[in-house]
Amino acid sequence: MLKILKYSFYDLMRSRWNYVYFLFYLALGFVLLFLNNDLSKAVITLMNVIIVLVPLISTIFGVMYFYNSKEFTELLLAQPLKRSSIFLGQYLGVAGSLTMSLVLGLGIPFILYGLFRSDTIWNFSLLLITGAFLTLIFTALAFNISLSNENKIKGFGYAVLLWLFLAVIYDGLFLLSLIIFEEYPLDSFSLAATMFNPIDLSRTLILLKLDISALLGYTGAIFRQFFGTDKGLIVSILMLILWTVLPIGRLTYKAKRKDF
Amino acid sequence: MRYGAFLFFLFSIFSGFAQVPKTIEICPSCKIKTIKDGISNASEFDTLLIKKGIYNEFNILVDKPLTLKGENFPVIDGEERGEILRIVSDNVTIDGLYIINVGTSYTTDYAAIRVVKSENFLIQNVVLERLFFGIYLEKSNNGKVYHNKIIGDAVDEYNSGNGIQLWYSHNVQVDRNIVQGVRDGIYLEFSDNVTINNNVSANNLRYGLHFMFSNDDVYTNNTFENNGAGVAVMFSKRIKMVDNIFRKNWGTAAFGMLLKEINDAEIVGNTFQENTVGISIEGSNRIEYNNNNFISNGWAVKVLGACYANSFVNNNFLYNSFDISYNSKLNDNVFERNYWSDYTGYDLDKDGIGDVPYRPVKLFSYVVNRTPETIVLLRSMFMDIIDFSEKVSPVFTPDNLLDAMPLMKKSE
Repeated sequence: MLKILKYSFYDLMRSRWNYVYFLFYLALGFVLLFLNNDLSKAVITLMNVIIVLVPLISTIFGVMYFYNSKEFTELLLAQPLKRSSIFLGQYLGVAGSLTMSLVLGLGIPFILYGLFRSDTIWNFSLLLITGAFLTLIFTALAFNISLSNENKIKGFGYAVLLWLFLAVIYDGLFLLSLIIFEEYPLDSFSLAATMFNPIDLSRTLILLKLDISALLGYTGAIFRQFFGTDKGLIVSILMLILWTVLPIGRLTYKAKRKDF
Repeated sequence: MRYGAFLFFLFSIFSGFAQVPKTIEICPSCKIKTIKDGISNASEFDTLLIKKGIYNEFNILVDKPLTLKGENFPVIDGEERGEILRIVSDNVTIDGLYIINVGTSYTTDYAAIRVVKSENFLIQNVVLERLFFGIYLEKSNNGKVYHNKIIGDAVDEYNSGNGIQLWYSHNVQVDRNIVQGVRDGIYLEFSDNVTINNNVSANNLRYGLHFMFSNDDVYTNNTFENNGAGVAVMFSKRIKMVDNIFRKNWGTAAFGMLLKEINDAEIVGNTFQENTVGISIEGSNRIEYNNNNFISNGWAVKVLGACYANSFVNNNFLYNSFDISYNSKLNDNVFERNYWSDYTGYDLDKDGIGDVPYRPVKLFSYVVNRTPETIVLLRSMFMDIIDFSEKVSPVFTPDNLLDAMPLMKKSE
């Protein structure tokens, strides 16, 4: 598995798209910090970018890579290798290189602008951790979708739809249900609803760490009571891990049974 | 005849017929060792010169027109046993004292300096520490509270007092004071024609400035920073607030300024920066908001209802999460010639005024007003999308709530 991982990883490292992705974040970080020197403000702006772009790019990239390397995968399948290690290796290669682009691309400008000397270092690391998790989650989901769909167009369609659902439509439904049931106490419902969407969960986690959380008022107080404690942080990280592990589990399960 | 009058005048001076004010020195090694002794030995219009030292005294009653002047800040230590200075005479001046350890009580409002039913008082250059109430003016008019420093160490609201409190006191000037760490920095009740200038009220437990039922007051150049709930202005008429700064009142229940039942006020040239809510307005009519700056607040202006005929002209709204929040569909307030940092319109005829009206109420702020729980969707992509669609064609927000002449550049 490690060999395949290494192969996929180096393959991607050499590919142009990964550089573009890396340079994009590098430029974003530098431009943001150049325009306003305030690290904590830059973290808020980055959060907006990360919770939208990271899932989208991971999904598209995952699907693209899977379809593109299909012939190579079939070649590997003919070898005496465990199927789970082939797919897991490829998955980790893609997710790993994307995460590295993200972490390095954003990390370098922030470090150059004095991250270690500022107190936003925890907020920034939380931002990177959630960004990394979002990459892992959405690449895994993308691999699942492309594994289940032979048709490329269909696969792409589903992948974009999935991103659209989690990034936009889910929040719409969430909002709708909050308004419809506004007569009822909604605090635990909104907590649960946030937990079940990795994008919402990451957004809330980061928001509560920044002082913008005072805007959240009474609801925010309940959220902060939950997410602000160590227990809440552990629960949400566990939730993110669960979001990562479940698709990977399904991926290996499906890969073992699929007739190529 | 004129010569005789002059002689009489000379005579009266030398004979002490007209009383000559004299100075009585008080110090730990003098003949008069306590302030109480000094007061009882003094006659009207004398000056008590209190030299450097520590005076353990409380319940000092100033019952004649005297000047109490401290030299190099003598310490009056009340040893937490009660009130320290009580002034019940007109024309009293207190200058340069350092008063500490006022008693705390749950039944009596012990104050470091209390002025009761007196006129023409002057309290200046006084430093108060470890206090319950600071300077308490009670039915006392025509006085001045100037250049004092009040530093409390209040922890809980229920057992702490206010820095400067005016109760039924008219025509008082409160100028250049620094108040911090008490419950309410400056508190006014039933006090008319008061001017409050150049004060700094910061880090107080509840309000930086709190006033109720006080009309025709003027506030200029004050700074209110990092107070528990900001500044509360309630049930008053014809207030003028000019060039004040409200900063960093940040917390779930904090605001820069709360206006409740305020009519005919003028709010001009103030800066509201980094508050959860810049101004929270309720039941306030005919107020003019001109040339104010609202910078980086959560909500710049939150209108809670029953606010009519207010006008917002020439204000700058910069980088607030929400510019205006409104909870009704009815609008009777005027927004004109403001600068909005979120404005995306254009100015083809180059007259400095945008050609497309700006709608300051976002759909999201309307939704949040209706269902507060929805605030958890803050900064989600869905909200940006529906805000955009509402901006293009308003359905939910009052359609006449708009700035028809938004400025293209910040107003100075």
